[in-house]
Amino acid sequence: MLTPALYLSAVLFVVGTLGVIVRRNAIIIFLCIELQLNAVNLAFVALSRYTGIEGQLYVFFVMTVAAAEAAVGLAIIISIFRHYETVNVDKFNVLKW
Amino acid sequence: MLLDYGSSFHYVLALLPELVLAIWGMGVLLAGAYRKRDGSSGQEAGWLALAGLALAAVANGWLHSGVSEVGAAGMIAVDRFRLFANWVLILGAGLSVVISLPYVARQKLQAEEYYCLILFAVVGMMFMAAARDLMIIFLGLELMSIGVYALAGFNRRDRRSAEAGLKYFLLGAFSSGFLLFGIALVYGAAGTTNVHAVAMAVADGTAASALMVPGAALLATGFAFKVSAVPFHMWTPDVYEGAPTPVTAFMAATVKTAGFVAFLRVFLVGLEGLHGEWADVLWWISAITMVAGNVVALVQSSVKRMLAYSSIAHGGYLLVALVAANDTATSGMLFYLLVYTIMTVGAFAVVVTVGNQSEANARIEDYGGFGWRKPVLGVFMTVLLLSLAGFPGTAGFIAKYHLLLGAAESRLWTLSVILVLTTVVSYWYYLRVAWYMWMKEAPEGVDSAEPAVTPFATRLVLAASVAVIILAGVFPGAALDLAAGSAEGLRGVSEAAGSAAGP
Repeated sequence: MLTPALYLSAVLFVVGTLGVIVRRNAIIIFLCIELQLNAVNLAFVALSRYTGIEGQLYVFFVMTVAAAEAAVGLAIIISIFRHYETVNVDKFNVLKW
Repeated sequence: MLLDYGSSFHYVLALLPELVLAIWGMGVLLAGAYRKRDGSSGQEAGWLALAGLALAAVANGWLHSGVSEVGAAGMIAVDRFRLFANWVLILGAGLSVVISLPYVARQKLQAEEYYCLILFAVVGMMFMAAARDLMIIFLGLELMSIGVYALAGFNRRDRRSAEAGLKYFLLGAFSSGFLLFGIALVYGAAGTTNVHAVAMAVADGTAASALMVPGAALLATGFAFKVSAVPFHMWTPDVYEGAPTPVTAFMAATVKTAGFVAFLRVFLVGLEGLHGEWADVLWWISAITMVAGNVVALVQSSVKRMLAYSSIAHGGYLLVALVAANDTATSGMLFYLLVYTIMTVGAFAVVVTVGNQSEANARIEDYGGFGWRKPVLGVFMTVLLLSLAGFPGTAGFIAKYHLLLGAAESRLWTLSVILVLTTVVSYWYYLRVAWYMWMKEAPEGVDSAEPAVTPFATRLVLAASVAVIILAGVFPGAALDLAAGSAEGLRGVSEAAGSAAGP
């Protein structure tokens, strides 16, 4: 079961990565980043069958970190929305990318 | 004193600087709740944060004065390498807090939140320096990053600050995803996240290389984002330019230091057995970073953005030490990080002063005649720029020289030549600022505008930085010995762990 789970995790991670690169809406990009983190969670859980309980423990760390990141990230997105009234990252061009 | 990880109280002792700072940070935040809202400037919060950093320095000094550990492969390292990194981080944070004092007051930022975020970010960085476990590195990195995302977007009235915060947040979170996936793969390959246990698994061939090599590649990508190595540097100029200038100084100095320290520990201790695989890739990243950082810096018209590219270029020089992977290079890197922290914060202190505690006057033309209007500051800035360029007689030169020594020991001749040539290129853009300061006329109407006031605290920071830069440039002995001892600490522990596991 390990190999299919790792492949699924890799596929989810790649979907998340492509989403970050392709999508222009800041909130969707953020969702794709969360998808990446959850792909890693899946890998941790799958691996922990073979390597010990730590893998499942790390999932809780990652979930906590993701929640903290969501709190700060959404606050930042709201604060930039107040200036631009959009969340399209192509419109944020005071600084050149 | 001997720390024994059989006792959980000894874990508290091993983490004393981090714990002191974390609790103090909460205290700073609480102090804000009791502050009267009648126009006090929030400077007290800054001094409170400085007191916390001083306490953390005392705790660090206590650990430095002969505390050692038994059971060398615990999650938290108590070695000289970590403690040296802690000195650099505390120093960088302290200098950044001092130059923030007038800025935060003038811009009317929420002082307590600002300083407590700085303290929490420093706690995260210190965890990165101390971690001997990939998961602790990840947690430290996130603690640092989340604090710095908020700091980059801290000035909510300024749209550039909001934009910098968003860009840093999106790319930073993206890169920590890569780092985390790398950790998961290394964990799958080696069956552990402990850096020393990973090293052993690599050495005796039990690690599955089908997972280990992609894991190492993803780890390198994640770290390369954090230390803004080309081609993962896209966020750096925008974020450094848009963030409030004292925050930029903090990011350029301490975030980079923490990133490099963790990068070094993971790759030189944990993945040492794979050096043949990753050294070639990092060789190219280092070469491209040095060339691109320096060349793009040539054409910048904003001094803040120029310093951002200069910080990318310095990251390239530091990567040379990582590729060289020997003790000379490691101690050279630690010394470089110390010097780099001092001169970067110093240079940004002048940028804040020229901007009159705001984001104004960042173009290079605004520096015209500045040297004659403010001779002392002008001389200080010139010394800092010369040191950033690596001019003989300054600490920047000694630091580059020791990086080159490390590179020569590993016979990295081409990389050394690139380092020297790009350094020569960098003279142009550093000295261009000095040229504007001393040889050009002031821009129109600058004298009638409000004169640039230099707060006492900023003057103190600048005088101290310049004194250290010149002293360390002429008599580098003490700091170099400290760095060399710290590099041996990293190596010594890794050997102790190896022999403990051996027959």
